[in-house]
Parts: sequence; C-alpha cells; structure tokens
Amino acid sequence: MTLTTVDQAREPALPSKRGLSRSYARPRRTPLNWVRGGGLAAFLFLLPLLFVFGAFSWYPIVRTAIMAFQHTNLVEAPTWVGFQNFAAVWHDPLFPVAVRNTAYFAFLALIFGYPIPLVAAVLMSEVRKRRGLYSVLAFLPVVIPPVVGVLLWKTFYDASSLGVFNTILHWVGLGPYPWLQSQQWAMPSLVLYSTWANAGATIIIYLAALIGVNPELYEAASVDGAGLLRKVWHITLPQIRGVLLVTLILQIIGTAQVFLEPYLFTDGGPVHSTLTVMLLIYNYAFGNSLGGNYGMATALSLMLAGFLVVFSLVYLRATRSWSTR
Amino acid sequence: MSKPGTGSGLISELDWEKPRIRWGTRTLQALLLVGLVVIGLGPILWLAKSAITPTLDTITHPMALFPHGAAWSNLSQAWNDVHVGRYFWNTVVIAFGSWAAQIIVATTGGFALSVLRPRYAPIIKGLLLATLFVPVIVLLVPLYIEVVHLPIVHKSLIDSYWALWLPYSASAFNVILVTRFFDNLPREIFEAAEIDGAGPLQLFWRIVLPMSKPILGVVSVFAILASWKDFLWPSLVLSNPNRQPLGVRLPAIQLQTSVGVFLAAMFIACLVPIAGFLIFQRSFLGGTGLGGAIKG
Repeated sequence: MTLTTVDQAREPALPSKRGLSRSYARPRRTPLNWVRGGGLAAFLFLLPLLFVFGAFSWYPIVRTAIMAFQHTNLVEAPTWVGFQNFAAVWHDPLFPVAVRNTAYFAFLALIFGYPIPLVAAVLMSEVRKRRGLYSVLAFLPVVIPPVVGVLLWKTFYDASSLGVFNTILHWVGLGPYPWLQSQQWAMPSLVLYSTWANAGATIIIYLAALIGVNPELYEAASVDGAGLLRKVWHITLPQIRGVLLVTLILQIIGTAQVFLEPYLFTDGGPVHSTLTVMLLIYNYAFGNSLGGNYGMATALSLMLAGFLVVFSLVYLRATRSWSTR
Repeated sequence: MSKPGTGSGLISELDWEKPRIRWGTRTLQALLLVGLVVIGLGPILWLAKSAITPTLDTITHPMALFPHGAAWSNLSQAWNDVHVGRYFWNTVVIAFGSWAAQIIVATTGGFALSVLRPRYAPIIKGLLLATLFVPVIVLLVPLYIEVVHLPIVHKSLIDSYWALWLPYSASAFNVILVTRFFDNLPREIFEAAEIDGAGPLQLFWRIVLPMSKPILGVVSVFAILASWKDFLWPSLVLSNPNRQPLGVRLPAIQLQTSVGVFLAAMFIACLVPIAGFLIFQRSFLGGTGLGGAIKG
C-alpha cells in the first residue's frame, strides 16, 4: 500500500459521510489536540457502552473460556484442571441424552414451526381488508410472558380427563392423552407450546418479505400463463429465500438453547425424556442435587456455543451461492 | 409495499375477478382467521375467563362458561393475599430501570460511534458485532459468578436490581440498531449546528435525540417487553422473594394458592404486555426488532 491510498482511506471522498471529529485538519497528535479535536468528548460518550459491555459482555465471554479449564467454587481460588471438565461432561451418561433430546426438539420445532408460519403468511399477504387484524391475532402469543404461557399450557395439558385439551378432544371422541406425563408425548407437547408461542414472530417477518416482493414479477408470470401454485413456487419462494434462510438458522440457534419449556413444564422428565443441553448446563451450575459445578457448566456451554458457531459458519458458506440474488 | 386494499400481487386483479379463485382464497383466509382467533386469542380468553371463575368450576368443568357465576374475589385475593401487587410493582421498577439503562447506553454509544466517530470506532463496532454471534448461554454462568462477587469493588449484586439493569443494557442489538439509525441522519444538519457553535453535548441532546424518536420508540418497547418476559436471569440473581418480579414468583404462587387465584395472578401478569402490544402495534409489527425473537 502506498501513502496516497492510506490518505484516501482516511479522508473519504464524500465529506457528508465523514465523522465530525475528522472535519478538522489533523495536526500533531498531542493530548491537548486530542481533547480539542473532540477525542475526549467521543470517549466520554462511549464510556457507558464500554463499561457495561466490558463488564457484562466481553469479560464474561472471556471468563467462560477460562472457567471451562478450571475448577471453581465460590470459596477458594480457582485451580487449573486442563480438559477435565470437558471429559467429565463427555462421560456423563446424561450428556448424549441431552444432546439427543435437544436435536429432537429442534427437529420437531422445524417440522411444526417452519412451514406453518410460511403458509399462514402467504395466505395473509393476499388478505385485502383488515390484514392488521390477522397480524395482531398471530402476534398476540409472542407478547405473553413465557412463564405465563408455559404455566397456562401446563394447565391445559392436565392428563386427567378433566384437563382442558382432553375435554376438547373428548368432544370429538379422542383421548384422554397423557401429554406431559408420557415419555413419548412430553417432547412433542413442549414443541407444540413453543410453536404457539413463537410462530407469530416468524409470520410477521415472512409477511414483511412477501409484501416486499415486486408485483411486476407476478404480472410477468401471469402473462406467461403461470398458475397460482407455480407463481408461489417460482417467484414467491425464490424472492424471499434470503429471509427463509436467515429465519431457519436463527430458529436452529434458538431451539438449541431451549430452556424454559423443559424447565417449567417437566423439569427434564419423565425419565429425562425432555432433558435438554441448556437444562443440563443449568443443573450442573444451579441444580439442587449436583449444582455448583461451574467448570462442567461452562465447559458444556462452550461446547454448545462452539457447535453453534461452527454450524452457522458452515450453513452460511453452504447457502451463500443460493442466498444472494 | 402494496397499497391497502390490494394483496401482495401474487393473485393478479384479473385472477381476482374469477369467482373460483376469489372465493377459494376468501374461504381459506376465513379459515385462517378462525384458526388465529382460536389459537392466538383462545388461550388468553380462557385465562381471562378462568381468572374470575371459582376454582372448583375451573377444575371440574374447564371449558364451561361460568356455571356457578363469577368469582371476582380471585383478582383481589391474588393482588392482596398472595402479594401480586408487590411483585407487579417490582416488575415495573425492573422494567423501567432496564429501559433507562438500555436507552442511555444505546444512544450515547450510538452517538459516539455514528456521529463523533473516534479513530477506534471500527474496533468497538467489530467487538459489538462479534457478541451478536456468541450464544447467550455462554454468558450465564460467568455472569452469575461475577454478580455474586464483583471483581475490583468486591461487592455482591445479588438481590439488587442493578444485577438486571446493567447486564440488560449490554445489548449489542440495541446499539447497532441505534447506530444504523444515526448513520442515516443528514450530516449537513450536524455540520451546520457545529458551525453555529454547538458542542457534542448540545448536538446530542438538542439535535440527534429529538430526530430519533422513531428508533427510540422501538428500542423502548422491546426493552420493556424483554425485561417483562425474562425469567431465568432474574430467578438466578434475585433470591429474596420480596424483590422478585411477578413472572419469577408465578411457579411459587401456583404451589401456595388455589387454582382460581393462581390463574388470576397469571392474568394480571400478562395484562401489561398485551395492552402495550395493542397500543404500540406498529413498533411490534414493523419488523425492526424481531430478529432476536425467532424460535420454535
């Protein structure tokens, strides 16, 4: 790089886009000039951000990476233990169970939670009057505090024939179903709630994308004689594929960290059938019986985070050619 | 954006004239509306009904509509006897504090990064972006240990609301949202103000903030809602029941009281978010802050 290019980079061609502190000719860098040039003001304005992020975001992230290799209790000074925490997690018989359950949850959530909002959003995008009413109704569950939602659905899932869902199903001659009390049905029940609680947000995102599709594309397709389903397949879906890809990865990242549902609905039961990775981390660190094992908790957090970061990178790379228009 | 009264263009006006397509679409949309009412509104209506139904009726006939009259006393019992009133107030204080902290950090930080732009701004922006890629779970345990025993000052923040306000305010999402908005404000106005002798503080307070009401509205709405909805973190750092917000208390309330009173407490807990959503629909449905809300 030559000196001129550096200068060009430092002094961009568009003056209106420049920061204000740069609009002065830059004299020698002395503390006094730094203050006069607005450097001190900028630093003071950044202080709240630097403080809270330093103390409550950047430092804890680094701390996780350290704690995963230490034995920590809150009384004595931490000691280095190498990969012991990771090995302990790896050999924990509950570890594969939690991984399997989390994958199962993510899989079911994808099956329910991915196509349903898309179909609903496509239908809603063609609503010509009171589309707002549809959006409000769809989004309503998203604003309900998850604790209220989970505890409410726990009441609905009452396994006796007097439970809300079992009463309703009894009207059509079904049930009673054991819902949360059965190893087989507990996880699908959790996913059903989760879909109810979160689908609205996905619908609203899809709706915004669908309404943004250029109507001329549809007109051109109509001229070419394309029917409705062909238009959905050849225009709508390709046009919103960027949004579809992003929601997919965000949903996977979200479901991999599912905690509240298994914690409040079933506490991981029956017989660990809803124990997720997040719940296992919580139990390592804060659980009643084996809690206080911060090393194992951070080791497992790090493993989960590492997996998610690698997964996201691979995903972004694999879909890059497909997602750009 | 399509005009109101038209669809997204998927069904052309010509097709819309065909009775088969028009009525087919309308039937599907009517079914969807019924489905949304039953699924989206139904559970909340059931909660509202059961909040004022005697416990025995809710247990024996959960789907019946007031077979033996209403029990308004559930609400007053919940508010006074199980102290929902106090927990509700705690929730309000926590939400207000997190709102203030988040607004202060996001606006001052965004102003410095977007308008003042010190030399090292790109580094800070990069660090902020990086935190977006770190799953939240990574923070849980070290943040808890830090709050139990703050380094340097050697104090514990357990049972203090600062343990919520400060970590909530470290939201990279907010800062990036606000910085982007500031980036799009017209620079000419800043330069004119500077020529008129306005310092950074006046620029921030008299020019940038008044121009940023839309984004501040969005950040505020999501800050308050997120704090209202959170469960895991407040349940970890607030061990004294008298300091806990309503959401954290609900599982304990369920064990202490009758079903009717419990459901009344649950109903009270979701009144504010629902009312806020109905009032500020635009902020929610505009799509700006939804990125972090996707799951399941």
